[in-house]
Amino acid sequence: MNISGITGNPGEWVKGDGSNHQIVISSRIRLARNLREMPFPGWAKKAERIGILEQIKKVVDNLPEMKSALSEYLQDLSALDKQILVERHLISREHAAKSTGSAVVVNPAQTLSMMINEEDHLRMQSLRPGLQLRGAYKLLDRVDTTLESQLDFAWHPQLGYLTACPTNVGTGMRASAMVHLPALVLGEQINQVIQAVNKIGLAVRGLYGEGTEAMGNLFQVSNQTTLGEKEEEIIARLTKVIETIIQHEENARISLLDKKPGVLLDQIGRAYGILTNSWSMASKEALNLLSFIRLGTDLRFFPEESRLPVDELFMETQPAHLQKSASRKLSAEERDSLRAEIIRHKLKSLPAPDSVKAKQSPGPSGDKPAPNDE
Amino acid sequence: MLCDICKSNEASVFLTQIIDGKSQNVNLCDSCSKEYNVTDPTGFALADLLLGLGAGQEIQKGAAGSVCPICGFTQADFKKTGRLGCSACYDVFPEQLTSLLKAVHKGTHHTGKIPARQHQSLLHRDRLKSLQDDLDHAIHDEDYEKAATLRDQIRDLPKEGAHAV
Repeated sequence: MNISGITGNPGEWVKGDGSNHQIVISSRIRLARNLREMPFPGWAKKAERIGILEQIKKVVDNLPEMKSALSEYLQDLSALDKQILVERHLISREHAAKSTGSAVVVNPAQTLSMMINEEDHLRMQSLRPGLQLRGAYKLLDRVDTTLESQLDFAWHPQLGYLTACPTNVGTGMRASAMVHLPALVLGEQINQVIQAVNKIGLAVRGLYGEGTEAMGNLFQVSNQTTLGEKEEEIIARLTKVIETIIQHEENARISLLDKKPGVLLDQIGRAYGILTNSWSMASKEALNLLSFIRLGTDLRFFPEESRLPVDELFMETQPAHLQKSASRKLSAEERDSLRAEIIRHKLKSLPAPDSVKAKQSPGPSGDKPAPNDE
Repeated sequence: MLCDICKSNEASVFLTQIIDGKSQNVNLCDSCSKEYNVTDPTGFALADLLLGLGAGQEIQKGAAGSVCPICGFTQADFKKTGRLGCSACYDVFPEQLTSLLKAVHKGTHHTGKIPARQHQSLLHRDRLKSLQDDLDHAIHDEDYEKAATLRDQIRDLPKEGAHAV
């Protein structure tokens, strides 16, 4: 598979059919592994790095899970292609900055990706729609077990898997979920939630991970510590916290519908009006407005059929995706005008928000019974 | 009580932070507390202190001159990058890393996945240790018949585990 195989297909995890997919966009598990007594990528000399890369890439390419995968050396990818992979969350921004001596391998479904020589020799990642951390780990654990039979991973009886940064040592695992929390943001409860989550040793970050801004009311919740707990314990703890966040978001949605329906309808109506009538739109504005259309769909202001096109727009309106679709480098102005055009086109058949229908619906997430109904 | 950072002056600032329901203490002398600006409780986290400059300094003080025999990494490099040079570095600066790991993680011992090949050598190591303990006891009790059997068992342990961790 080549890079256009990636851009031509939104990736299985975008098609959102996992559990709780209205609020949890995706679940991700990342494992960091290193070869025993070989210099870490940041410390290795170029020749050493290339040697390590070849050793790992050969084994990764032969994984049954990586049949007909995209497998590229980073120096062979254009800046735009790398940016596409970042926007798809298939590689990190740090990895996109690498060149000779690093590689990326992505399976055709875009649910499994391997970064070779990022900060660690191997960082593998499994991505699933909705809240499926356990499922994502199960797949990655199996892949890891296959790899370790052929690669001598650095492991220490007391410290577990050894990593370039001591903050990842132990399981080498980062589990995270991307959550969409517009009602908590609108209801100004989001900071309380973030603080509470931080207090119990979990991190809340923006859309593209560490140090990035929260746009489109999207947040990443992940574990911060990797030593002293089993993988399954970390995942169980995180899952429980995310379920609580989902509950809070649902409550905030019910409360908004109940107490401030005017504010809610105004936000969703304005988002609809601007998105369907704009001729120039910046990436951040698009994400923030699309977030309200997504919320409107969850609350049945819009028909369910509009969910997939809206979710696809989250991806397609990102800068690199726009430039790829235009097949040339675009100035910021050209991007904004193309973005507005794509949105107008895609939302052409989207009817105006229907507040009557929304009020008749059983609840903010009508297709999912409340826990006490079971 | 001495300052945790310079380890020379008497500590006069005692900090406790509850992270993840676990209380962590750092004791600092007057000058180190000023240097790390810990008097402002909003802009300060123990983990940052221990992971950032503090960690680099600790390594420098504890293992001055230590160089990783595998990759040539030094404590100064750690201070500069916040990353280690290779997996063997973890055994070059063990004491210094322990306090750092204690500050940023939930525990100090890995309880998760064990790679299959390590699993075998760990089992081998446990078996060897238990046989050796039994052998010591047998010799102590002057039960030479039992000691001879144990010696043979140790000799006959599977060869593949021979290079245990």
